[in-house]
Amino acid sequence: MSETTSTAPQAIAPKRSFHYFANPARFVRVADAVYPWCFYAALICLGVGFYTALFVAPADYQQGETVRIMYVHVPAAWMAMFIYANMALASASLLIWRHPLAGAFAKAAAPIGAAFTFLALFTGAFWGKPMWGAWWVWDARLTSVLILFFIYLGHIALVDAFDNPDRGQKAAAVLCLVGAVNLPIIKFSVDWWNTLHQPASITKLGTPSIHSSMLWPLLIMAIGYMLFFACLAIIRTKSELLAAKQRSLSLRALHAGGGD
Amino acid sequence: MQAIQDYLAMGGYAAFVWPCFAATLIVMIGLYVASKQRLTKLQSEVAALEALDSPRQARRRSSSEETR
Repeated sequence: MSETTSTAPQAIAPKRSFHYFANPARFVRVADAVYPWCFYAALICLGVGFYTALFVAPADYQQGETVRIMYVHVPAAWMAMFIYANMALASASLLIWRHPLAGAFAKAAAPIGAAFTFLALFTGAFWGKPMWGAWWVWDARLTSVLILFFIYLGHIALVDAFDNPDRGQKAAAVLCLVGAVNLPIIKFSVDWWNTLHQPASITKLGTPSIHSSMLWPLLIMAIGYMLFFACLAIIRTKSELLAAKQRSLSLRALHAGGGD
Repeated sequence: MQAIQDYLAMGGYAAFVWPCFAATLIVMIGLYVASKQRLTKLQSEVAALEALDSPRQARRRSSSEETR
């Protein structure tokens, strides 16, 4: 009977397919091997990134020292979208293949995405005030990122709103997929609506319109943010898997308590 | 000394630059510490539950071997 009460079913995956790594036990093995490399690489990249952003990178001829805000603002905004895209992919594979790992990952990633979205909005306000003269404007880019932040909060609330954690993960997965329509709106908002926020400087193919003395600290910072997210995602996904195991073990103890 | 003060002044934008870096560090370190603490707590709780559960599993395993 213990098998039927388990709330953490193993993924039923054919061998030698891309579902191979959706097995939670296998994930934990690989994640534990990768984690130390991620952690120290993140530490080095963020150390170098913060140092160059604050001491090495030049001040901008127009924006002066406020351009240093770019090194924490732009990577945070990239991560806000990157993490959401990851969650949308995980949500799709949770709904299609019912991989429990995908649900654990989506639940683990949402607070990280919300934190980076908050940082993008916060640093954006502190950059907008001196450069635009306003903490906030209802510009298309700013508004769509604010909506992204609310979707993250909705995901965090919805995933815990059900007595059955699997049902919560599925409801949150539907929300995540519906909310994914916001990602292209954020990306192209600066091109579709000609409002205050500037268009992308980095992703113009071939020639980024930013000097290399500013570009490389920004890229190191972005790599550091990415590695930091990988570390946090590993820690938090492991926690979600353990929480599911804890639920099934305590259920079993409860059921076995009387008759054993 | 003057150089340090000039640096900290951030060309008159200290009130905007430093809060951004402070908020970034606080949020990132806070998130890391909270996540790590939850993992450690869950690991010890699950280990305790497994220790509670293991005699039962051992008995079940031996009984299934007997029936074989």
